[in-house]
Amino acid sequence: MASIEGTILDFKRLDQLARGGTSLHRIDARAKVLVALVFILSVVSFDRYALTALFPFFLYPVVILALGNLPADYFVKKVVLFLPFALAVGMLNPLFDREVVVRVGSFGVTGGWVSCASILVRAILTVSAALLLVGVTGFPEICRALERLGVPQTFAVQLLFLYRYIFVLTEEGARSSRARELRSFGGKGLGIKSYGSLVGHLLLRTWMRADRIHMAMLARGFTGAFHARHPSRFGGKETLFLLGWSTLFLVLRLRNVSQLLGSLVTGTFP
Amino acid sequence: MSHHLVEAVHLRHVYPDGTVALRDVSFRITHGESVAVIGANGAGKSTLLLHLNGYLTPTSGVVRVGDQSFTKKTLPEIRRRVGMVFQDPDDQLFMPTVYEDVAFGPVNLGLSTAEVEARVREALERVGAAHLRDRPPYRLSGGEKKRVAIATVLSMAPDILVMDEPTNGLDPFARRRIIELLKDFHHTRIFTSHDLDMVLELCERTIVLHEGEVRADGPTGEIFRNEGLLAECSLEKPLSMQGCPVCGSSGKQEAEGG
Amino acid sequence: MHMADALLSPAVGGTLWAASSGTIAYCSAKVRKDIDDRKVPLMGVLGAFLFAAQMINFSIPGTGSSGHLGGGLLLTILLGPHAAFLTIASVLVVQALFFADGGLLALGCNIFNLGLFPAFVAYPYIYKKIAGERPGQARITVAAIAAAVAGLAMGAFAVVLETVSSGITSLPFSTFVVLMLPIHLAIGIVEGVVTAAVVTFVYKARPEILQGAIEARPVAGHPLRNVLLAFLAAALLTGGVVSWFASGDPDGLEWSIAKVTGKDELKGPEHGIHGVLAALQEKIAFLPDYSFRKPAETKSEGPGAEGGAKPEGDARKGEGSKLGTSVSGIVGGLITLVIVFLAGFLLKRRSQTA
Repeated sequence: MASIEGTILDFKRLDQLARGGTSLHRIDARAKVLVALVFILSVVSFDRYALTALFPFFLYPVVILALGNLPADYFVKKVVLFLPFALAVGMLNPLFDREVVVRVGSFGVTGGWVSCASILVRAILTVSAALLLVGVTGFPEICRALERLGVPQTFAVQLLFLYRYIFVLTEEGARSSRARELRSFGGKGLGIKSYGSLVGHLLLRTWMRADRIHMAMLARGFTGAFHARHPSRFGGKETLFLLGWSTLFLVLRLRNVSQLLGSLVTGTFP
Repeated sequence: MSHHLVEAVHLRHVYPDGTVALRDVSFRITHGESVAVIGANGAGKSTLLLHLNGYLTPTSGVVRVGDQSFTKKTLPEIRRRVGMVFQDPDDQLFMPTVYEDVAFGPVNLGLSTAEVEARVREALERVGAAHLRDRPPYRLSGGEKKRVAIATVLSMAPDILVMDEPTNGLDPFARRRIIELLKDFHHTRIFTSHDLDMVLELCERTIVLHEGEVRADGPTGEIFRNEGLLAECSLEKPLSMQGCPVCGSSGKQEAEGG
Repeated sequence: MHMADALLSPAVGGTLWAASSGTIAYCSAKVRKDIDDRKVPLMGVLGAFLFAAQMINFSIPGTGSSGHLGGGLLLTILLGPHAAFLTIASVLVVQALFFADGGLLALGCNIFNLGLFPAFVAYPYIYKKIAGERPGQARITVAAIAAAVAGLAMGAFAVVLETVSSGITSLPFSTFVVLMLPIHLAIGIVEGVVTAAVVTFVYKARPEILQGAIEARPVAGHPLRNVLLAFLAAALLTGGVVSWFASGDPDGLEWSIAKVTGKDELKGPEHGIHGVLAALQEKIAFLPDYSFRKPAETKSEGPGAEGGAKPEGDARKGEGSKLGTSVSGIVGGLITLVIVFLAGFLLKRRSQTA
């Protein structure tokens, strides 16, 4: 697992980016969430050997990155970091699927490799979509959008509280963990017993904190329900955004645009 | 004006595990007073505060706010009138942005969106945090968090402001800002604090708690001059009354009569 | 034990999403009715606690590697099944969005696998049965290990089923099971031990925390049965909807691979719901010697079917283009990528200077 401090910084960075002022940021969160959803559904609905058909889909993450003025290196790094896991998953395919499905010259590529590549490409696309969604919308806004799209309030509130207190708890956890590390010489102190105690203390403090938060909530009139007061509009821009991208994804899904382009090119230059 | 009265009569509180936090506490605070409740850790200060908005109920004795006793029906109104700010602002700022935290109280009061907006704006301006409106709480400094926490309570238009350790953990500049801010309030103010110099500046009256009982209740200056009393209660004089570290003379004692 | 998007077909993923959503809705309603509104901040901070705790490692004796707490069982012990399920689900959502732990399609599966089994099966039917009221340390440890192992084993098995029935990986069922189960058994033991360590600590310091959790049992009836029914209903509904979608689509979906391999009978009467369910059923059937069907192996059209630079490939280009792996497909793919990234680059330049 990543270092705790690194994780907090990451969260903060992503949260910061979400406060950018581009026109993309200002679009209602619901539209962005829905588009991301349609995108992911389109990408994952391809069959296992789809590869070049997936390439045009890169248009979405690239455009979002550009329009949202997000740092490319940051996102590319994040995606690249998780690639080994996707690779591990897909690596098994070439072992089991050895039938050659395409020949390039005298070089045969087995179905296993194609499906492995497909898995990788798909993973890159879906992960980018999720990260970029957070980058242009921000997690709290996503939660609110989800609530308005039908997610039960209890769960949406849970997500908000969780997000809010991750910053607090990870710092506390980091402090305790660091203290333990500093007092473990040659790794002797990192066993389960000290872990149980460390985490146990953290748990107790967390429990007491929950009590205090509850106190503060009651002191400001909380009686069990959260009242939504979020002015937001789903207007023409949002509709255009949603319909435009969805249509594009549908088209790309049903027609292999790469294929078409390629045939054009290889047709004109025999 | 009796409806801003805060009164405790032989208040006693015993925790479920048997700890006697408050033995016998009685006092009467009238409208506009600025009172500090001081004492060593474990003397019962926080427990006392929690009775003032009905979070804790007395084991015996009575707590009254503005002539009203605490019932299910009166609780919401009392909680509006007694604005309570806790020690750790992270416990109080639980919404995604400052705006929503400050709006939480008014929204729960059922105010219209326009009114909520007005209340929030006013409260944030009063604490000098208007520019922090859209910030998430984790991006605030300690001093900013404290000010916003105060705003979350001010937006409910309370009559009585109760604060647990207002200057705890603040850097000198932030501390100074809070003190100046609190000087400007004309509500009834009740603080607990270890910061005796702040108490000296802000509170004309001090209640000293020791082992769950009121050991002294009077003008701040008088109490701070009573070294015997302070020592018994595990306290000391505020630094500004302790005399010059260089020449040894006790400077401000007479001037700071309370 | 997170599932990955890459391994999941939309049908299976969608079904599990439906099941998870249904459970979330059910638990939300249950928690909302709970008069103890302390649960609201408690669930939030305990979720954050779990998040933080998962980033702290301990060394596992004897192996030299380190592990961390999963926490599903622990949360259930502290919060009760419904609140715990929501909390676990919320942590998984954050992990999926921020850390690409699995992905968004697989999120439904992960919530189901990592939430349902500890909260609604392992805890009530194993942990509570063994631990009983006011257990001592030994009892807690045994109960925790048993429950953790069971929960993880069920979860692991679910992952295998979901992956195999998705049909994207070529890994055969038997191999998969052999890979997954022993590892997860071991992980389960460690999880149980660690959970017991934390629970014991809490029990010694503040027993009322655990007592409170035990007393707050709003369960009347059989939550497991209800969930299973909801699952079944969701599965049938999803299967129906997806197949309706599929029947109108000429190419691209999984079922058309069967067409390539010559199973033309999928067209016609069986192309509707029957066809889908039959196909699904075949894939789910798990006999010991079951191995996953490889489309390319079943027909002699195999190697030669896909068009390429070969002269006779021309006639077969039709089939090859379905797999998008013919030469023109590759060329086109590369061109597409170049165009896309060029566009992005230009856009970026423009929005930066604008």
